[in-house]
Amino acid sequence: MFQHDRLSNEITLFQKIKNLDYILLISVILLSALSVFVMYSTDGGEILFHTKNHLVKLVVFFPLMIFVAFFNIKFWHNFSYIIYLIVILLLIYVSFFGIKSSGSQRWMDLYLFVLQPSELMKVAIIMCLAKYFHRLKIENVNSFTSVTIVLSIIIIPVIFVISQPDLGTSILIALSGLIILWLGGMKIKYFIYSFITFLISLPFIISFLKPYQKLRILTFLDPDRDPLGAGYQIIQSKIAIGSGGLGGKGFLKGTQSYLDFLPEKHTDFIFTLFSEEFGFIGSVGLLILYSIIIFRIVRIGAISRSNFARLFCFGYAFAIFIYIVVNLSMVLGLLPIVGSPLPIMSYGGSSMLATMIGFGIVLSAKINHKQMIA
Amino acid sequence: MIKSNSGIRKTDVINRRMFIIGAAKVVVFVGIVARLFSLQINENKKYLTLSDKNRIREWKLPPTRGNIVDYFGNVIAGNLKVYQLHIIPEQVENFNYLLVRLKNLLNLSDKRIARINKLKAELKPWDSIIVSENLSWSQFVKINNYLYDLVGVKPVMTISRNYPFNDVYTHVLGYVSQPNEQEILENEIIQERFVPGMKIGKLGLEKRLENHLIGTNAIQRYEVNAYGKRINQLEYQKGEQGSKIRLTVDTEIQKACGKLLNEKAGSISVMDIYTGDIIAMYSSPSYNPNLFLFGISQDEWQLIRNNPLKPLINKTLSGLYSPGSTIKPIVALSALENKVIDTKFKVKCTGKMELYGQTFHCWKEKGHGWVSLRNAMKQSCDTYFYEVARLLGVDRLNITAEKFGLGKKVLGDYFDNEKRGLFPNTKWKKNNLGKGWVLGETLITGIGQGYIQSTPLQLCMMTAQIANGGFAVKPKIIVDSNPISYEDAKQSMESGLLFDTDSEQLLDKKLFKNQKNIKIVQEAMFASTNERFGTSYKSRIDDPKYQFAGKTGTAQVKRISKRERELDLELEQIPYKDRDHALYIAYGPYINPRYALSIIVEHGGSGSKAAAPIAKKLFKLIIDRHDLRNKQSNFERITV
Repeated sequence: MFQHDRLSNEITLFQKIKNLDYILLISVILLSALSVFVMYSTDGGEILFHTKNHLVKLVVFFPLMIFVAFFNIKFWHNFSYIIYLIVILLLIYVSFFGIKSSGSQRWMDLYLFVLQPSELMKVAIIMCLAKYFHRLKIENVNSFTSVTIVLSIIIIPVIFVISQPDLGTSILIALSGLIILWLGGMKIKYFIYSFITFLISLPFIISFLKPYQKLRILTFLDPDRDPLGAGYQIIQSKIAIGSGGLGGKGFLKGTQSYLDFLPEKHTDFIFTLFSEEFGFIGSVGLLILYSIIIFRIVRIGAISRSNFARLFCFGYAFAIFIYIVVNLSMVLGLLPIVGSPLPIMSYGGSSMLATMIGFGIVLSAKINHKQMIA
Repeated sequence: MIKSNSGIRKTDVINRRMFIIGAAKVVVFVGIVARLFSLQINENKKYLTLSDKNRIREWKLPPTRGNIVDYFGNVIAGNLKVYQLHIIPEQVENFNYLLVRLKNLLNLSDKRIARINKLKAELKPWDSIIVSENLSWSQFVKINNYLYDLVGVKPVMTISRNYPFNDVYTHVLGYVSQPNEQEILENEIIQERFVPGMKIGKLGLEKRLENHLIGTNAIQRYEVNAYGKRINQLEYQKGEQGSKIRLTVDTEIQKACGKLLNEKAGSISVMDIYTGDIIAMYSSPSYNPNLFLFGISQDEWQLIRNNPLKPLINKTLSGLYSPGSTIKPIVALSALENKVIDTKFKVKCTGKMELYGQTFHCWKEKGHGWVSLRNAMKQSCDTYFYEVARLLGVDRLNITAEKFGLGKKVLGDYFDNEKRGLFPNTKWKKNNLGKGWVLGETLITGIGQGYIQSTPLQLCMMTAQIANGGFAVKPKIIVDSNPISYEDAKQSMESGLLFDTDSEQLLDKKLFKNQKNIKIVQEAMFASTNERFGTSYKSRIDDPKYQFAGKTGTAQVKRISKRERELDLELEQIPYKDRDHALYIAYGPYINPRYALSIIVEHGGSGSKAAAPIAKKLFKLIIDRHDLRNKQSNFERITV
């Protein structure tokens, strides 16, 4: 057993490159290229600030993904708790010394770029819980101790992120954590009970929301109540997408974005611009590209020998799925507006860093899919 | 082994649960695609419209007003290129510095600077502020020379109303200026076409013909961004200039009227006695309508408003005067028509007439002796007309006078400010003053004093209708779609019928019972001007081409006291306000008459001294231009 472990540890660099998942890799490259073009369009058809920065980040983070992939999955398993703890420490750091911007405090200045630790937590929590459930005996999954521990692992970062305040990211972190609980075999009735409790306490939770968050919910329910104020973003977003039609208005020809009717078109509303310019066909194409990525990640999880890799891949695939669903539902007017970027497409370094690290670990799992972890 | 078993069981659980999630994912993605489909395919049209509504905005430009031309096609109200100065605040580097520079270059007042600053605060940074609406050419050149130093300043060329003859036509045309809120709301067409900076007619024909003159807006369609800033022009839709309107007036004659009445208060009207065309209609003093285009300055406005000669009043249409002796042709005609007198009827004038203890004076203290109609008219003997009026009675006189157009508006509803005047009768006095008619009032009505009030244009029309042989004319100032030539008009009139363009019928327009009576009155008027001792004998022209017949009038503005009568003051010795109005009516040439006129000089003294000489100067010009005018009658037919 021990020997076998050692053997599989010693994969040559050539084998590592050979074992990379090329479908996933190509999909990520395609998505990255697409994101540069869309960013170019948000800059009004010129290579300006956003396009340049986005391109630089891709050039830096894509090799980082390969670098991460070349570490054995066992290495990531071993460091999962430590990584989680480091990110928690970063969250604590920003809650005291972070950079404030537009009313929230979520960033730290790393000189080269500004880091948002809560984005890293989206990956770290999956790693941490994957390791916990990997090590947990199936009999103990529903024991009081383990339930308490896993809930604490989720709740601690969520509290920090909510207090920044950043509702969107904290929901995504919580959902990423909960999916591992689900996959790890926690009793279904717990989920049902919690869901019922959540519904019952919903009015109570709403009373704790900040006024601007309440406004967002009201606006979601009826965007026309304040078309030039709170409802403006969602109305303009729907106009942009709807006017795209089947084939779109054409690259660099999206009037809604070009003429500044679209808010936050670089970040959360990037899909709106894409959909306006490339239409229904382009949008479905983008969804298919994302689906391929998700499917490949699930497949890598399915062929992984270790439950850590399996749990991480399944969990991460779900997380990517959730990011997409939350973002698209928001811009399509199906959910209230919560800040959530579209993976790779949206402008933002931390989100891309976290996503690329996640892909790196998935690729590591692929390279080392035969690796057993004790 | 247990561990291994447990591992396998765990893997199973994970895989099973992953399967459930996977199914859920597919469902959710399908849902999102469905939403995309509904937005982009089903509701595409709706959102496309909304998107266009977002990005396309229309800008209306002020319409170009139609030109008004005189009978000969000379533009009397046109459009002129003007140079304006705009500032676009967002392009300005240092706003205060710029204002200081402009202040020095254009001599802007502090008030104007404050106004610009206020506008800057109110408007969006890319909306231009109009600094000066009308730069002189030298200012425009100056600005262009310093343009390198005036960043954000834009010299603009645009079109503005212009009255090339300045004050000559003010009382006919009126003027244009910026409309107030009520004026916009009252007129639907203005409301629809209004844009800031647009001007509308405020007075006269400019106001009356607003809907014809206004023109349509040019429309610029721009693509705008979310902040309303214009990005690029998509379309330019040309506007249509308003209709061109041709008037019956003759600028040369109108100008001459202005010169003749220079520094006097008064009015001259000239009319074609067959077609009713108004050849000239001048009220003096006038003022320059161009002053109002860009907002008149307070000083200039006060100068016009406080002028004792009252330039703001259109004396031709709203000035009400006692006709004085100019009424005598109508009194004579009425008496002849009613067979109260004949040509042989004589009255002895002793300089005054006593009636129920009241004395009625003739202007000639010594009296005229025995006078017949012809002599009485010639020398304007008051006593004769007192007696004739007494015999005739005011009610019969009233019927004749109203037939000839007194007490009625001449131009109908073309001018808001036209007055009806008044020709009294017994019924009128009873209804309006509640008192019975007194015979003495009949006597003074017979010499054109008392309640009787007329506008200069009414007197002109009255004269025209005597001159043309006693037929009704339809006065007009706008050339209509079927301009009738002078000859046609004359012919149809002399057949006793007149073609009425409104009802398109031949109407009997005879104003007389016996045309011989008209002839008698015409001859008496001829005598008054062309025979020795006639009141306007000094103003006669002997050349038969220009020879005219007329009647002077001197209207008292104040009752003359006995003492004043004895003093017999010279004109200069009487205060201006108390001096008599001088009147003159005339038509000519005497053989084959063509034109009638009326002249009033306010406080000018006697008609023979102040008014008749003006007619002499004017008639030559009027007759000389007749042939020219006749040739023009088939000039392009543009109308309302």
